[in-house]
Amino acid sequence: MPVQTITRKTETAKPKLAVYKFSSCDGCQLSLLNLEDELLDIVGAVEIAYFLEARRAEQPPPYDIGMVEGSISTPEEAERIRQVRRDCKYLVTIGACATSGGIQALRNWADVDQYKQYVYAHPQYVASLETATPIATHVFVDFELRGCPVNARQLLELITSLLKGRKPNIPNYSLCIECKRRGLPCVMVSKGEPCLGPITQAGCGALCPGCHRACYGCFGPMEQPNMDSLGHQLTGTQKRTAREMKHMLRMFNGYLEPFKQASDHYERQEKQNA
Amino acid sequence: MSVPDGKRWFLPKESLDALIAVLHQQQYVVIGPVFHDRAIRLEQVQRADQLARGVRDEHSGGQYRLIDGNQELLFEYVVGPDSAKKFFFPPRQELFSLHVKGEQFVIDKVGPAAPKLAILGLRPCDLAAIAVQDRVFGYHQPAGDEAPWASGFRCESELYYTQAREQSLLIAVNCVRPGGTCFCASWGNGPQVNKDMPYDLAMTEMRKGFVIRSKSRKGAAIISSLSLRDADDAEVELEGLLLQRAAEHMGRQLQTDDLPQLLDRAIDSPHWDNVAKRCLSCGNCTMVCPTCFCSTVSDSDDLATGSTTRTREWESCYTHQFSYTTSGPVRSSIRARYRHWLRHKLDTWHDQFGVSGCVGCGRCITWCPVGIDLTAEVESIRRYDSRDENHAPPRITVEARP
Ligand code: SF4
Ligand code: SF4
Ligand code: SF4
Repeated sequence: MPVQTITRKTETAKPKLAVYKFSSCDGCQLSLLNLEDELLDIVGAVEIAYFLEARRAEQPPPYDIGMVEGSISTPEEAERIRQVRRDCKYLVTIGACATSGGIQALRNWADVDQYKQYVYAHPQYVASLETATPIATHVFVDFELRGCPVNARQLLELITSLLKGRKPNIPNYSLCIECKRRGLPCVMVSKGEPCLGPITQAGCGALCPGCHRACYGCFGPMEQPNMDSLGHQLTGTQKRTAREMKHMLRMFNGYLEPFKQASDHYERQEKQNA
Repeated sequence: MSVPDGKRWFLPKESLDALIAVLHQQQYVVIGPVFHDRAIRLEQVQRADQLARGVRDEHSGGQYRLIDGNQELLFEYVVGPDSAKKFFFPPRQELFSLHVKGEQFVIDKVGPAAPKLAILGLRPCDLAAIAVQDRVFGYHQPAGDEAPWASGFRCESELYYTQAREQSLLIAVNCVRPGGTCFCASWGNGPQVNKDMPYDLAMTEMRKGFVIRSKSRKGAAIISSLSLRDADDAEVELEGLLLQRAAEHMGRQLQTDDLPQLLDRAIDSPHWDNVAKRCLSCGNCTMVCPTCFCSTVSDSDDLATGSTTRTREWESCYTHQFSYTTSGPVRSSIRARYRHWLRHKLDTWHDQFGVSGCVGCGRCITWCPVGIDLTAEVESIRRYDSRDENHAPPRITVEARP
């Protein structure tokens, strides 16, 4: 068990932490840096051996904990992730990009070459894969932290639990559980908003319902999401169109099942309606 | 010695502030219904003008809206998503922090002390729900104000809960305008308080003021310190009429007399598959239910101090992980989890605590995002049962049901 390895290591030297970036916006790495006070405690307990966003100095592998931000969207990244896996005992993906492909996975439903023509003056210099895929499509991942970006508390809990050699307290249940612990009046029920909370994994602390907004689903599917029932409510009672449904489901975690399957279903419906 | 039921006083609307002042004098933190974020919530108030006024609520399965009401009336709405549960059994509570020193645990911090709360505006179903949770958490009313069940069913006593309940003062408001999902009358839990319910004062709203009665010594002391006049005959008669009319206007109904037997027979009812298609397993129903009491504890570590904190939070039988044991989750399908919840509420709760786990407040119906309706589900189960389509014989035999 990797957990035990890390704990044993603490007896002699501090465990080494590496933080990697693939195709991403750096927001999840910033969540780690934003921990500020706790970051000092983390620095006391682990050795930050590789974290280019935070410091230029690097130590050579192997590392005890590797945290990966971003999806695999270039041939170079597809190669590099294999080496990262070899270099880290315990590999954690942080955030929606690394875990589900992220926003850039929208290209998986589109023609990448066409996009390149629109955006770049010299598309021939852009080396990019047809798809943006989660890290787990390429290598074995030990733990996934969800969110766009990840929640700083969850990040801290993960590092702490690895150091202590215990199971991380990262729940897989619906966002509604967190929403109701905060006592927020449900935006579906009291406002008729299309909230993805009932199919989305908790972890953000019900940020959006706390601002009177519907959940966007940035933490991805919860443990056993009932896509059909929520879809029925949103397209039926709330009269959302198939197109709206597709967009909602694909926004952050569209490439993760069962959001993918459901969004494909609404895409077919959208075409039928057209 | 409890105060005889029947005596009524009159509290003019202008005296609500005097009532709150008396509560403050007695060191109570006063809680009341306020209008906050599109809903009636229970929050701390300092003055009567902070209480929600002139609003009505519309409830149906999965839908809640507040609309304008009569500006002269405060309590035209019924229950919102909050209940007294959140005060006596908080959604998140740090229990203690400790660190290990040599071979010993050293306590760094214990949880907060129980507050002294006066909760104003609880409804009869809320009181019934408090009585249910009293059994769950092992609170016994002080001698003199005992409920008939006080010597019976008891659980391991919960310190915070019992202290907060002991110190609490409950001021109920009878319902003259039941909500669209209310069915307390089906359980005999409303729309007005009854003598078995735990309350200190109970009031019925009229245009100019409240007809008020007291049940406990604490309540009687407050009445006398306010030097209220007796309610006159016309006021008492009007109260009776208002409450009778309310009883006839319940939003929902449920036949309650045979539920444990019905649900025992329904263990393999085809209806469970039907409801499993709709249920999101989101847990909203259990979170808003004033009697649901499931929780989970988790430990978190402070890397700087080496201290570990144990925290208790509300959990739900609807989460997959809640029934997780070493061999996997006991209830791995949504079908199994909905069935477990409904049967616990209406059937096995009787075996566990000697009462029903449902008091008929309707919260689970209103606040279910897809509007799953407990009363309709039971009716559907009943239809299968009467057509003898509950297929298998009951697998669980329950003995000695009172
Ligand atoms: S607001 Fe969204 S997350 Fe909160 S209870 Fe309602 S559906 Fe669930
Ligand atoms: S009955 Fe409704 S509120 Fe309860 S878990 Fe199912 S969908 Fe959620
Ligand atoms: S089961 Fe539903 S109606 Fe019954 S007490 Fe709970 S929330 Fe209220």
